[in-house]
Amino acid sequence: MALVKEYKTVRSVEGPLLFVEGVDNIGYNELVEITLPDGTRKKGQVLETSKGLAVVQIFGTTAGLDTDTTKVRFLGETMKLNVSEDMVGRVFNGLGEPIDGGPKIIPEKRVDIAGAAINPYARSQPKDFIQTGVSAIDGMNTLVRGQKLPIFSGSGLPHNELAVQIARQAKVVGGEAKDFAVIFAAIGITNEEAQFFMKDFERTGALERAVLFLNIADDPSVERIITPRLALTAAEYLAFEKDMHVLVILTDMTNYCEALREVSSAREEVPGRRGYPGYMYTDLSSIYERAGVIKGKKGSITQLSILSMPGDDITHPIPDLTGYITEGQIVLNRDIHRKGIYPAIDVLPCLSRLMNLGIGEGKTRPDHRGVADQLYSGYAEGRDLRSLSAVVGEEALTETDRKYLKFADLFEKEFLTQGKNEDRSIEETFEIGWKLLSTLPEAELKRIKTEYIKKYYKPEQKKEE
Amino acid sequence: MPGILNNIAGPVVNAKNMKGSKMYNVVKVGDEQLIGEIIRLRGEVATIQVYEDTGGLRPGEPVVDTNQALSVELAPGVLKSIYDGIQRPLELIMAESGDFISRGVTTRAIDVKKKWDFKAVVKKGDKVVKGDIIGEVKETELITNKITAQENGKIVEIKDGSFNVEEPIVTIETGGKKKQFPMLMRWEVRKPRPYAEKFAPNIPLITGQRIIDTFFPIAKGGTASIPGPFGSGKTVLQQALAKWSDTDIVVYIGCGERGNEMTEVLNEFPALVDPKSGKPLMERTILLANTSNMPVAAREASIYTGITLAEYYRDMGYAVGLMADSTSRWAEAMREIGGRLEEMPGEEGYPAYLARRLAEFYERSGRVRCLGTDERIGSITSIGAVSPPGGDLSEPVSQNTLRVTKVFLALDASLAHRRHFPSIHWLTSYSLYLDNLENWYVNEVSPEWLNLRKEAMTLLQKESELQEVVQLVGPDALPEKEQLILGTTRMLREDFLQQSAFHEIDTYTSLNKQYLMLKNILRFHEKAMDAADLGISPAKVNSLKIKESIARMKEVEEKDIAKIEGIEKEIEEQFSKLRRD
Repeated sequence: MALVKEYKTVRSVEGPLLFVEGVDNIGYNELVEITLPDGTRKKGQVLETSKGLAVVQIFGTTAGLDTDTTKVRFLGETMKLNVSEDMVGRVFNGLGEPIDGGPKIIPEKRVDIAGAAINPYARSQPKDFIQTGVSAIDGMNTLVRGQKLPIFSGSGLPHNELAVQIARQAKVVGGEAKDFAVIFAAIGITNEEAQFFMKDFERTGALERAVLFLNIADDPSVERIITPRLALTAAEYLAFEKDMHVLVILTDMTNYCEALREVSSAREEVPGRRGYPGYMYTDLSSIYERAGVIKGKKGSITQLSILSMPGDDITHPIPDLTGYITEGQIVLNRDIHRKGIYPAIDVLPCLSRLMNLGIGEGKTRPDHRGVADQLYSGYAEGRDLRSLSAVVGEEALTETDRKYLKFADLFEKEFLTQGKNEDRSIEETFEIGWKLLSTLPEAELKRIKTEYIKKYYKPEQKKEE
Repeated sequence: MPGILNNIAGPVVNAKNMKGSKMYNVVKVGDEQLIGEIIRLRGEVATIQVYEDTGGLRPGEPVVDTNQALSVELAPGVLKSIYDGIQRPLELIMAESGDFISRGVTTRAIDVKKKWDFKAVVKKGDKVVKGDIIGEVKETELITNKITAQENGKIVEIKDGSFNVEEPIVTIETGGKKKQFPMLMRWEVRKPRPYAEKFAPNIPLITGQRIIDTFFPIAKGGTASIPGPFGSGKTVLQQALAKWSDTDIVVYIGCGERGNEMTEVLNEFPALVDPKSGKPLMERTILLANTSNMPVAAREASIYTGITLAEYYRDMGYAVGLMADSTSRWAEAMREIGGRLEEMPGEEGYPAYLARRLAEFYERSGRVRCLGTDERIGSITSIGAVSPPGGDLSEPVSQNTLRVTKVFLALDASLAHRRHFPSIHWLTSYSLYLDNLENWYVNEVSPEWLNLRKEAMTLLQKESELQEVVQLVGPDALPEKEQLILGTTRMLREDFLQQSAFHEIDTYTSLNKQYLMLKNILRFHEKAMDAADLGISPAKVNSLKIKESIARMKEVEEKDIAKIEGIEKEIEEQFSKLRRD
């Protein structure tokens, strides 16, 4: 193991980067401790190393640094997190130091926060249905244990409310609750938002089963590159060594990407789309891919990351690259939100790629796939007809088209809309789904097998008229 | 004298003292002996892309040149394997380093201890040329590995019996020199394997996917690209093609994709039953999994590794299907490494050689006459998924791919949103193989085929024009015939083009069934048009019971195909009843 080395040879400071000269034998990604002229200490990490020069990224502001007396200690190892089962119920800052006034964590293990890729061969297929109690998710974009499903949102949309609702209600039907933990990483969100999460966790008692890592908006932005990795390192420990089912909430990944861009531009790298670095896909994957189930291990990591789409633009590089890595997405929509519908989920662009593994006979119900597809196509059809009827008037539509139009309205009003504390069972979700489908003519239900139509399709007899 | 590490920044490192090393040689980097490849030489400084995580590497650590280009090992035992991007078996990596992939793991690509039953097909004294089959090994239950001569010459000795892949099985005398060969050979991944002659593609690859086989056929030995935004069903389509297309061997490259999705492939393929033989599909499959969080340089190599393995089986005379999911991730790996080299970037930061690399890759597919005197024919059909950012096809990877591939299956987000799968858009997609394949379809399926296809396409084209009118005036304002056209195209879309990969019967449709399904829909259309001429209202036509049978055609099993044949008659009957009323 390399020894701890100390230098006072800072050549230049640029943005969050420190260039140290005359160094020898410094490892790539090695952890660094910097002592400022006034005695305060900061941490950093080696981004590039050559004989005689190391580039160090500092977690925190560079205010107060000088090139004369600042001391730089290279610690001879990459960044590690002390992990222990005692972390559950505690609050940490964005660098993993306790900030709840409690005692220091006595480590059971020190783990490299970069994490290693799970061997695809060692993974086991996620297949346990998680009931979130939200119809639009359970019925149409089912979440399974070990999945990574982000919420694509925009500023001003109720993504935080939805996230806490899912964290509160999520359960595996018939599963036991005691090995469950929530890991929450705040990445550059406002203090107010962080308070909202903490209050809700406290109110529902979830805090006792939670580990919180908080990097608030006025904390150093470079720290944001570390925070999600700390959270996931803790998650991996709890899931794969302590057999817990861990739900990781990362919010807001957009702030993470901004921090990544900041470092990249300070290093004068060739930028990719919109100034984000060309390696952002690989970098994001090293976060999102840290979810899943491993063969022979009892625990699991399910990831629910929240990101706000700049300008509600789903083609922006952040949601775009995220969508290519995660197993689907839940998309919130401003128009639906304006109609006063909660949760403002626009089901059409939503997707859960692992849904088929978690639904059907013995998990939810055998008609699940068909019902979900039929609701999708019915709602899509109805939405299309809305714009048509706005032009030609409802009277010009055929009888069937009018039914679709009605279906889309009912869908939003009855299926989508629910209370912030309303925990619907999957059966209730199906019940509403079939009630809506029964308003359509039987011949239109092409996505559902005949046997299920026979069993569940119950058209209402017209009373008036 | 080993080289010395000089600079480390991410997956690209520099080493001094490397004079005499060649481009693309494989090197062992650092004390942990990480695998890397030389990608730039400047004087005595070599730039190396490292196939493993470089965290903790220090300047001053040694770099050893293996004096070998990045190569794959080719021998019986490749099939059924699950490799990472540089042909390391994931199972062995797991045995050595546990559930997480750690660094510096070196494994052989093939089990060199395993004995195979080798049967010679030539005898002592026979003259052979390079590529001639000299013996066979039953590699899996489905595939016989054909061992070929690696030199021209005379067989001095050849042994039948049980050997491992490194034991010599044959001695060939060339120009007075005798040389022994084992079954194992090595091949550099960046160098295409030779063949005798390339043919024009004139046989279709039958995929069982209606929209592909009927509307946009892919030729055996052809190239196809599947671009689409995320969530548009690329991966599901790729997997359906891997499962169902009529190839002998499937090479599936998961290039920079999701870990859980790779696991799905790894779990599902062994469980899948090959529809032709009833044996597990895995018996004829090679999987390469290099997930997005595995090292980026290995992702760059995985495409070359995959196509080289495909060429090995092509050279035995097999039809190989190669699925690359996704080539965009491959291009991004090039971009990332190019960026680290501080190369002058081309469009959108991609390196200027992107177009050349893509073309080179697709050019390695084709239907060829293999080396050797028996004139056997093998093929590689390459199907590459493209993941354009934001679904925007004007970006460089999509554009450069379109220039070299002949079939374009455009996935459409709005179709995916309404759960129309496969979400291949019928108006924007194309196949340039139609003319080449015309004869085959006429002879093998039905002379009517092309006309039916043309008629259906015309109707769908007409639909998009009518839709514009409908947007303005509503469907009721259309003339009755045009309303009926909309009814037919809806049937085409919902009852023919839509196909569920998850429905046990619908997932594969034989060409004959495809033909009958299409014929029934168009027959209905023809009758509906006749009815309109007689003044029968569209509402009456649309309320015919037979429409439901048409909608359920896709759920009819292949053995009950008579049911579908019967529908035609019913159509006649119901329409004549309509006329009588």
